[in-house]
Amino acid sequence: MTTDASGDWQPTAALEVLKLRARLLERTRAFFFERGVLEVETPILSTAAVTDPMLASLATRYTGPRFPRGQTFYLHTSPEFPMKRLLAAGSGSIYQICKVFRDGEAGRLHNPEFTMLEWYRVGFDYHRLMDETDELVMRLLAPTLSLDAPERLSYREAFQRHAGLDPHTASAGDFAAAAKAHKIDVPSELLTQNDLAVWRDLLLTHVVEPMLGQGRLTFIYDYPASQASLARIQPGDPPLAARFELYLNGIELANGFHELADAEEQRTRFERQLHARAANGQPVAPLDERLLAALAQGLPDCAGVALGFDRLVMLAAGARTIAEVLAFPMDRA
Amino acid sequence: MATYNTNEFKAGLKVMLDGDPASIVENEFVKPGKGQAFSRVRIRNLKNGRTIERTFKSGETIEAADVADVEMQYLYSDEQFWHFMNPQSYEQMAADKNAVGDNAKWLKEQDVCIITLWNGVPLTVEPPNTVILKVVETDPGLKGDTSGGGGKPATLETGAVVRVPLFVQKGEAIKVNTRTGEYISRA
Repeated sequence: MTTDASGDWQPTAALEVLKLRARLLERTRAFFFERGVLEVETPILSTAAVTDPMLASLATRYTGPRFPRGQTFYLHTSPEFPMKRLLAAGSGSIYQICKVFRDGEAGRLHNPEFTMLEWYRVGFDYHRLMDETDELVMRLLAPTLSLDAPERLSYREAFQRHAGLDPHTASAGDFAAAAKAHKIDVPSELLTQNDLAVWRDLLLTHVVEPMLGQGRLTFIYDYPASQASLARIQPGDPPLAARFELYLNGIELANGFHELADAEEQRTRFERQLHARAANGQPVAPLDERLLAALAQGLPDCAGVALGFDRLVMLAAGARTIAEVLAFPMDRA
Repeated sequence: MATYNTNEFKAGLKVMLDGDPASIVENEFVKPGKGQAFSRVRIRNLKNGRTIERTFKSGETIEAADVADVEMQYLYSDEQFWHFMNPQSYEQMAADKNAVGDNAKWLKEQDVCIITLWNGVPLTVEPPNTVILKVVETDPGLKGDTSGGGGKPATLETGAVVRVPLFVQKGEAIKVNTRTGEYISRA
């Protein structure tokens, strides 16, 4: 990146944008205060780490009282696990605004540390949480953007409409043909790949996403069960994950779940993900046994969503890059 | 064989693409929050100059191209090759028709050009942005015209033909923009 030492002490965000960010934070807190949702803080550092093979944790080391021989701590990729422990302990609905960290992610829409707004609503299912997400985002963006009425598409409808195939039944060959039809040029190694998840993400990022949220919020819901992550899976043919995502102007803004409460099912998914990590040669960090113990104790029926706050500021400010809404992105940190 | 990982992709990186040397113009990191990361690059084929888009899965590697830009002085042409010299080392090098292409018409002895070398062999030759060349052939201009409106064709000493204002006469030297092929001024 740039090594021009003379100018790179300065912020990349205009002061006006930093003021807008402050106002949006204030309005977010007011929104949850009105609804009686409690603001919480949970540790950034954890001895356990996320197991999802698509996420990579940064790690640091503590040595001193309580850990005299030193202990590796992972920087959280989202505050999900400790927030669920609070829910299991009877907190009721909660929200948190915090920095989260992801190794290997930097670009126009990514900074390795970024601000996450995450909240959990006890007694909500994911459709009701979509309603609330819609209300919050519309309220935050209304003063600067005029948007049409939101739309909701199932994951299948979004692919059918914009990529011309059914993502649940398409074969690798179907995906390859759709990629070709949309002039997506990929290396031959990828063409011969049979990993349907990679194909779905290729079509999603290159063909479907750019069409989503054009002048309105677009919610996508009911994901393939293999992409359930920490969401409940609804039986059916095919079984679908009770998961949603929110897009605006082609940008992924939020990801929500009707939260999986079954400790045994959660352990099975974690272990399967750890096997996948080991097979890929990725670091295998310890499972979060405290989360599993909390789930075993009983997670209230709830839905939760994580929203990339920097991207929300980008949309409100009309910014093209995340750096325009960060005081100091990683290459100036 | 040197290779680059997608994490090393950035504008200006020289790589091998489908057997040809190419230069990355733009690299975009694309990743769904909980999905596969990709590098979506715009990349220019240095042989034919065409820019295409290509997507790589994050973590893939691509072969590096041994490509370097050097400044060299143009010496002369023997019709088959255009000969250049490194002004510091006096090392000489010959570029063929494919490398010189249409730019041959801007090459004047002593001018310093940028030669892009691939595996040590000239791949492209870029003349200076502006060159000063003598008019060897043009119709006599109309008396009294100084505006340059309309203009007329003029053949230059290197064989290039450019439109010049009517007042420009045979034997004069003019300054030309080699990127657009347009007359700038009298030299």
